[in-house]
Amino acid sequence: MAETPWLPHNEAEPTVQLVLPDGSENTDTQWDHYRNLVKDVDAATWRTWYRDMALMRRFDEEATALQRTGELALFTQARGQEAAQIGSVHATRAQDWIFPAYREHGVLQVRGVPLKEELHLFRGVDHGGWDTEKHHVHLNTLVISAHTLHATGYAMGIQRDGLVATGDPDTDAAVMVYFGDGATSEGDTSEALNFAAVNQAPVVFFCQNNQWAISVPGTRQYRGPLVRRGAGFGVPCVRVDGNDVLAVHAVTREAMERARNGGGPTFIEAVTFRQGAHTTSDDPTRYRGTDEEQYWSQRDPVERVVARLRAMGAWDERFHTEVTHEADEFAAELRTYVRSLGRPASSAMFDHVYATPHAINQTERDWFAGFERDLADGEGGH
Amino acid sequence: MAEQRIPLAKAINAALEAALSADPKVLLMGEDIGPLGGVFRVTADLATKFGEDRVVDTPLAESGIVGTAIGLALRGYRPVCEIQFDGFIFPAFDQITTQLAKLHARSRGRLTVPVVIRVPYGGGIGAVEHHSESPEALFAHTAGLRVVSPANPADAFVMLQEAIACPDPVLFFEPKGQYWAKGDVDLSAGPYATGQSVATQFDTLNTAKVVREGTDVTLIGYGPTVVTALKVAQSAAAEGTSIEVIDLRAISPIDFPTLIESVQKTGRCVVVHEAPVFFGAGAEIAARLTQECFYHLEAPVARVGGFHTPYPPAKIEHDYLPGLERVMDAIDSVLAY
Repeated sequence: MAETPWLPHNEAEPTVQLVLPDGSENTDTQWDHYRNLVKDVDAATWRTWYRDMALMRRFDEEATALQRTGELALFTQARGQEAAQIGSVHATRAQDWIFPAYREHGVLQVRGVPLKEELHLFRGVDHGGWDTEKHHVHLNTLVISAHTLHATGYAMGIQRDGLVATGDPDTDAAVMVYFGDGATSEGDTSEALNFAAVNQAPVVFFCQNNQWAISVPGTRQYRGPLVRRGAGFGVPCVRVDGNDVLAVHAVTREAMERARNGGGPTFIEAVTFRQGAHTTSDDPTRYRGTDEEQYWSQRDPVERVVARLRAMGAWDERFHTEVTHEADEFAAELRTYVRSLGRPASSAMFDHVYATPHAINQTERDWFAGFERDLADGEGGH
Repeated sequence: MAEQRIPLAKAINAALEAALSADPKVLLMGEDIGPLGGVFRVTADLATKFGEDRVVDTPLAESGIVGTAIGLALRGYRPVCEIQFDGFIFPAFDQITTQLAKLHARSRGRLTVPVVIRVPYGGGIGAVEHHSESPEALFAHTAGLRVVSPANPADAFVMLQEAIACPDPVLFFEPKGQYWAKGDVDLSAGPYATGQSVATQFDTLNTAKVVREGTDVTLIGYGPTVVTALKVAQSAAAEGTSIEVIDLRAISPIDFPTLIESVQKTGRCVVVHEAPVFFGAGAEIAARLTQECFYHLEAPVARVGGFHTPYPPAKIEHDYLPGLERVMDAIDSVLAY
């Protein structure tokens, strides 16, 4: 408290934690329920999680570098949120659907969305349209919280399709929507929670409370602890240490299972920290101190996984080198790909504005094509 | 031909019923649209016929209605949302303009969001604040949306079916002052009533209609002002002036070829809508016609509509609305050139 004034609600609220920052097991019996949910998590799973988190962090570093060298106009950094994203996404199944905000790079990566395609948005090549059906990952939504309603509506569709609570683990489906602490102030988040509750829609609200909505801290964003936000709507809620990948996985697994089984929505507050800036255009030195950053660097999610693997005797240098090598190759490919992305044809702006012919769109497209042609002819004539 | 004389509200109800019957993916969503049948009874009896999972009484939240409709559409459903009154659409403005309008383009054509938003609009019914507005221009200004408004029961019946069948999002503005005006409706027309499995033609969403031929002045209206325009044309005819009346039907897109053809013939044009004249649909029409018919025009295109004021209290709303006298005055002014 006094020494952590930027965390006004953290100490008071029960927070699920299964692995301590030093990598040792949290033996607190109040979390036995969650511990029992993830008894099957073995060393191989831990290594998969480490690999995913390391790749996510490397992606963050590489995309940031690409922005710094002018190859990207912008990038939304997610360093520090690896456990929240990787732990939760691994609780989804192929038939589930994910609605990201715009910082869910690790989620996209695990679901198989080519991250290089996500960078189209940040290079200004297109608005980021990957194949949503293939990966069951909806597009990024930049208007804060608008997608919480899309996720809820989508879940209402899954209900109507009869794909909830049939007992078939391969088809019963749910939706997970990612958003941040800032998004909880938007009315759409409250409306989404309410629509989901009223309909008992199979949707999990996964709030990554990374402490900062650009420059505004939680103390200026909300008064009551975020985790209690769901209760007023009749939605079960749980607060979890968002930098503890195992705990995140446990609470998300339970929530997704509840949703698939017809138990309706869950609100999860994953307490984490955005170690980087909001975007590459942001400057955190203007609004937060190094003391806070140090507090969180001692709770780094990737280091915690390494410590856990060491404690389990499942960490070795060969594995470390393998993952590092894979991350290097991944980064190099990303770099080459991004640099090769040229500008789209100017006429692309007229594409797909409507699905059926629209006279104004057609007329302007034709006019522009003629204008370009005349311009080219004029140049040719001189 | 199953022709019946029914009010506009009933024609909309019949179109909804035809769509619900023909396509199990069609859903209605809105406030009080279930057992009550909506505050205007437009959805009367549909909840009984199709069940509460398909005629959904939603929580009272317009952004929530449109936002969840987008999600349902992404899942393959065809939601038809009712916004209770024109002035209540603004909580959903963000979802409509930043999400619904843009998802097809954002996904580079991979996603379609066939959502229809029905909006009872317009004044003249003696209502309180926020219940008589005409916000259509705000949506026509947004690429990705279609904006239409029927003026009579027959068009309402077909246009709404085409709107529901259309893969683009459609803002469907219903002239609430005309809800109880009757007209002959061919109940076998339209994509759902005719049993077409996939509609490919959306004529009424793209075209204006000449509803009265004339030679001296082109008078353009849509929704609630078409009735006014026809009355003006009738009384002008008694004075020897021949007015061609065009029902715009579609506000995005606007069927300029039909307007241009008419104005090139008449050389004079008046546009009338209830929405404020300032930045209204009439401004766009006047600008385009000036460009396309410059050498045919005998007078500047005149506009008649609401003022740049909040919609006034009911006791004086008829001074705000473009009534017969103001439209006649505009006709006289363009004839004076």
